[in-house]
Amino acid sequence: MKNILKILIIVLIFTSSLNSAENKTKLLEPNWTFDGFFGKFDRASLQRGYQVYKEVCASCHSMSYLSYRNLGEKGGPEFTKQEVKAIASQYEIQDGPNQEGEMFMRPARPSDKFVNPYPNINAARVANGGAYPPDMSVLVKARKGGADYVYSVLMGYTEDVPEGISLEEGVYYNKYMIGNKIKMPKPINDGSVEYTDGTQATEEQISKDVVAFLTWAAEPHLEERKKTGFKAVVYLLILTILGFVIKRKIWLRIEPKV
Amino acid sequence: MSEYSNKKNEEFSPVHTNKVGGSPYTGVIGWIDNRLPIFRIFKHEYLDFQVPKTLNYFWSFGGILMICLIFLIITGLALGMHYKPSADEAFNSVEKIMRDVNFGWLIRYAHMNLASFFFIAVYLHIFRSLYYGSYKEPRQLMWLLGITIFFLMIATAFLGYTLPWGQMSYWGATVITNLFSAIPLVGEGIVTWLWGDYSVGDAALNRFYVLHWLIAFLIVGIVVFHVIALHIVGSNNPSGIEPKDTRDTVSFSPFTTSKDLVGMLVFILIFVAVMMFAPNYLGHPDNYIPANPMVTPAHIVPEWYFLPFYAILRAIPDKLMGVIAMVSSIAILGLLPWLDFSKVRSSVFRPIWKQCVFLFVLDFFLLMYVGAMPAEGIYLVLGRIGTIYWFAFFIILAPLVSIYEKPLPMPQSINEYMDWKKKGKIKTFNFTG
Ligand code: HEC
Ligand code: HEM
Repeated sequence: MKNILKILIIVLIFTSSLNSAENKTKLLEPNWTFDGFFGKFDRASLQRGYQVYKEVCASCHSMSYLSYRNLGEKGGPEFTKQEVKAIASQYEIQDGPNQEGEMFMRPARPSDKFVNPYPNINAARVANGGAYPPDMSVLVKARKGGADYVYSVLMGYTEDVPEGISLEEGVYYNKYMIGNKIKMPKPINDGSVEYTDGTQATEEQISKDVVAFLTWAAEPHLEERKKTGFKAVVYLLILTILGFVIKRKIWLRIEPKV
Repeated sequence: MSEYSNKKNEEFSPVHTNKVGGSPYTGVIGWIDNRLPIFRIFKHEYLDFQVPKTLNYFWSFGGILMICLIFLIITGLALGMHYKPSADEAFNSVEKIMRDVNFGWLIRYAHMNLASFFFIAVYLHIFRSLYYGSYKEPRQLMWLLGITIFFLMIATAFLGYTLPWGQMSYWGATVITNLFSAIPLVGEGIVTWLWGDYSVGDAALNRFYVLHWLIAFLIVGIVVFHVIALHIVGSNNPSGIEPKDTRDTVSFSPFTTSKDLVGMLVFILIFVAVMMFAPNYLGHPDNYIPANPMVTPAHIVPEWYFLPFYAILRAIPDKLMGVIAMVSSIAILGLLPWLDFSKVRSSVFRPIWKQCVFLFVLDFFLLMYVGAMPAEGIYLVLGRIGTIYWFAFFIILAPLVSIYEKPLPMPQSINEYMDWKKKGKIKTFNFTG
């Protein structure tokens, strides 16, 4: 009987390893500050990440669930009030109708949502060779592998395309993208942005910063969650031990012991 | 009628509610209790109630399920105040809950993960009943009520998963509702009727929301029956031997309560750790992509707790037969009290049946694994083997083992059982605590 169990377990493990073997390349896994039990965002990195998003990605990708005010909120990039106001006012949004029944343009306020680069999805498609640059608000949570995956895609462009893969116009080879073909031109290179805080703007650094920013955007309460979670776990652990001790005490009352 | 039903009636004589008075309490509580015997009933059923003293931690899962259910309802109520059941607004409203509602992220993650943990608990609860023969005389009705609850849980969980209106919500709903089209002649009509439209959309989402609520409260109703029945037949226990008198039992409080509390705390601890540190681990990333009828996901997979049944559905080449197999794979549990007619309850004394049950558990995990894989090649073969064992377990093994198995020698009483166990004469899980 024990043997049958063993055989079955071996079969299970074997088939599952078969499956993972045929599965794609292993993702790059940089050390994220927001991983683990004590995970926290690096403010400076988030601020740089926003800069990358704004200067590079925002020309194609929308981020429609975020408001400018979020950039100043606790647990995020934590820009100052003035900075958030200044950021918002760089954008123009349509408002109205006014008293005359006309729509009008005005500078964005912190309470406004991030302005979309395209008026609608179809316009975004047409401008990108038929591919829709997905909204980035929850992109990190919408991909298996999360932050590692997005980082890997950004770093996964190579010049030497493997034999036998033909790329049409506007399609690029990417080691980590599902199907290895992506319609996004390589967005990040060394020096794609100019950092003002003295950080070296290497390809890795830029990618790390923007991915950290995207992770925060997808999970703006991550820090609060982990902090509360840690306290709750410690508290419950103590409570559990206490409960166990009490239970032992109570059960000692009966004989024979159970 | 069995010996139990008579005996129990005498032992735990029902509270007389037909005249004023009779309360063991004084003061305000006594005054109320003389007129509305809730305090007496509570004392009788939850403080003095006699429970076998051999219950191990597997018996905590009933209470744990209760806690899950209560918190699911509380968090569900809170979500319902901000959620909008419309195809255009559902995804947005969930994101708004996650971002802008005070502690919305906590409420939503709690509800999501509680659903998963509800199923973890119910599977362990069902395993407990299988292993220790809790489904047998006189607890058949409890078992049947339990399976009814399980069916309703499946329905609610499925409906709830459609609500955030992500890609998996939408395509899961499409695939599962489409199963009804397998019914001959009227199938297509039923599907259109279910959808309230010619595809899954606004109308379907709206009614799914209503039904998700309704069924949750139906579960509460059936759980009440389940618990009332429990207090008539009493708990089974690892020995499978009915308690003879109070030497075999302890009072519910403080013994069972203190032990259940430990079980619950451990469960809550694990739950909180998962919810706070890996809240999306049990979910599917595609559900963070808004529903899009024009784009089919590469693999449409249900939530993890449906995978074994999904594997059974796909193991059968014919759609209609597949649906029938899937539904009967659960319904057949209800026949077990009559398919397994061994007089011995607990697997502790049933060497062959014990192995069958272990294999059944393994089969469950095998099917779960297969359900997550594409239905092709080796997975199809494994899925079919798993499906065959699943049904054979009930239809063939249960009656055959009942007839041919020679049970191990049994102690006469629960006290003797404990004695034997201490002397190492009985091999079982070391899980008594
Ligand atoms: C020129 C427009 C453009 C720019 C600039 C751009 N993207 Fe994209 N991006 C796209 C398009 C188009 C797609 C869809 C690709 C596809 O589906 O093949 C895409 C897809 C993606 C994906 C999803 C890959 C997947 O798994 O589906 C990620 C992640 C991504 N972009 C990240 C970024 C980041 C980060 C930046 C900024 C550093 C950026 N993109 C800048 C056009 C752009
Ligand atoms: C919402 C889900 C459920 C809740 C809240 C619930 C609650 C409970 C509680 C509180 C008990 C008593 C404590 C215990 O013995 O563990 C119990 C016992 C029992 N339950 Fe459930 N239950 C649920 C689902 C199920 C299901 C799905 C089944 C079987 C298919 C089931 C079968 C049983 C049986 C047979 C017993 C008596 C077992 C014994 O005393 O040994 N229950 N349930």
